[in-house]
Amino acid sequence: MSARSLFEKVWDTHVVTPETDDRPAILYVDLHLVHEVTSPQAFDVLREKGLKVRRPDLCLATLDHSIPTVPVASIRDLEIVSEPAAARQLVQMERNCAEFGIELHGFASDNRGIVHVIGPELGATQPGKTIVCGDSHTSTHGAFGALAFGIGTTEVGHALATQCLLQRRPKTLAINLEGTLRAGVTAKDVILRIIGAIGVGGGTGHAIEYRGSAIAGLSMEERMTICNMSIEAGARAGMIAPDDTTYEYMAGRPLAPAGPDWDRALVQWQTLPSDPGASYDRSVDIDVSELTPMVTFGTNPGMVISIDDAVPEHDDAAFRKALAYMQIEAGKPLSGQPVNVVFIGSCTNGRLSDIRQAASVLEGRRVSDNVRLLVVPGSERVKRDAEAQGLDEIVRAAGGEWREPGCSMCIAMNGDRVTRGELAVSTSNRNFEGRQGSGARTILASPLTAAAAAVTGVVTDPRALLS
Amino acid sequence: MPIEDIDTDQIIPARFLTTTSRRGLGKRLFADWRYDADGRERADFVLNRPESEGAAVLVGGNNFGCGSSREHAPWALVDFGFRAVISTEIADIFRSNSLKNGLIPVIVDAATHEWLIEHPGAEVAIDLEGRSLELPDGRSVTFPIDGFSRYCLMNGIDELGFLLENESSIRAYEQRAS
Repeated sequence: MSARSLFEKVWDTHVVTPETDDRPAILYVDLHLVHEVTSPQAFDVLREKGLKVRRPDLCLATLDHSIPTVPVASIRDLEIVSEPAAARQLVQMERNCAEFGIELHGFASDNRGIVHVIGPELGATQPGKTIVCGDSHTSTHGAFGALAFGIGTTEVGHALATQCLLQRRPKTLAINLEGTLRAGVTAKDVILRIIGAIGVGGGTGHAIEYRGSAIAGLSMEERMTICNMSIEAGARAGMIAPDDTTYEYMAGRPLAPAGPDWDRALVQWQTLPSDPGASYDRSVDIDVSELTPMVTFGTNPGMVISIDDAVPEHDDAAFRKALAYMQIEAGKPLSGQPVNVVFIGSCTNGRLSDIRQAASVLEGRRVSDNVRLLVVPGSERVKRDAEAQGLDEIVRAAGGEWREPGCSMCIAMNGDRVTRGELAVSTSNRNFEGRQGSGARTILASPLTAAAAAVTGVVTDPRALLS
Repeated sequence: MPIEDIDTDQIIPARFLTTTSRRGLGKRLFADWRYDADGRERADFVLNRPESEGAAVLVGGNNFGCGSSREHAPWALVDFGFRAVISTEIADIFRSNSLKNGLIPVIVDAATHEWLIEHPGAEVAIDLEGRSLELPDGRSVTFPIDGFSRYCLMNGIDELGFLLENESSIRAYEQRAS
């Protein structure tokens, strides 16, 4: 058999019926992540057609998008802190999961959290799996060598009813990353650099494989940050070959295989990395050894610069519109821009290492009087682990808010939002107009850069604050 | 709308995703561009202009529909009355979602796109069977569309029904894989 890439191996083993000119492949789904915002209409379709969920055992369901992050005593109290529609949606999710026999890591569960945080931490995310969710950041799970991609609600219905999707095989794009990151430069800066290089549509129609020495040296949480934002370059999926770092992360997780099953799985996982000589439809080489902290200046994640650089000038209507919205001037650096809000969290940067990095900047310092700092752990487990290390105390002592897990201010559906006109430095994934609230302005950055802005009150190079 | 990279957060802002229905989103379409902070229509926004009344084809800038996978985006466009979206590039998930809701994603070359942007209100015809866009000056431009999606759209076939008919293949796969 000819040399195959990681993507090709995972794709090939999940083909139920192959694609032809006339019809897409039927692709089997190993893990379907379900949340409250993109599933209600899919459950309705099942109800209308009298269908069951084919494999409730292959669904992992939770509440994350519209759940409030202020403490609530019971789910019945949600209406007090939520908008009525959001509260109804959460209750509807509980009903849907109960009716269709899906286990819900719901309101009171110790496992609840952002779906892309809990899948890996429970060990449900595994190399070689096909993973889908009605959420574009499903690409996160590709960090384990899974083929993971976001789908719409109609396809959520397909996956619930048949555990399959109709799919055309995407092209492949290899992104070769070489070099070692300098101190103060993170995985978030790497993915922002990549999106800046290939553009927000640069990966359209492709599944990305991130490769190279720079990737080999990253932790699983860092790899997840990179794969998470593949969709911001237009690619539905971003993958990284599993290696010892992957297996060390997975061993002992509740839903990971154990004992002889683990040994068998490991043998199979070790066959997944791309064969020498595997070919890709496209490839891009990026050296990260000179990389600096990155910050976005516009209204999509591709409008990004080094913290050292000035905002570029372009004679282009979309570019001018973006700068006008951001109230940012071309030709000037972003450093020194006054900031109103700092958000640390999300499926991109809401894991323990992210919060630890932010805390390393916050420790012994005070949040600027002009800044509201919100730190939102990605899951109950992240929250517990962070609290065990005293990170919550560091956040509170600095003057920040320490919240309950959820998507929070990344999507602004649950009461956490940036006020019109305010400038936020955010560790989330999208700086689209209004993403963090109507009229909100967003600068995307790493947890280090975000925490640095919180304590200085202005956009700041975090390297100046690292001891 | 000649703006590049129009994302699905613009098409339908997240605060309207708390709905559990797929209907009624047309009034929220492009909400933050269409209405001011007080909820009044902005007169200069293209969909608020009298000549946009009854528009069925939206011509957007390159990489239309990028970002979030929310199917609420095509639901809102269809609810407003759109039947097709034309651009030089359309984001993957949005395109897939559109095809499942009778909204035809039409990808054209840069010259055709430029002509359309320069002729707002032009009456065009989309021939799904012939995979072509007919311009009023008599030109016909072909566009790519997945054959299966086209077949389903033309014949009103539900993809879920197609998958359910493949039950025996799915069961065979599960036995093979386990």
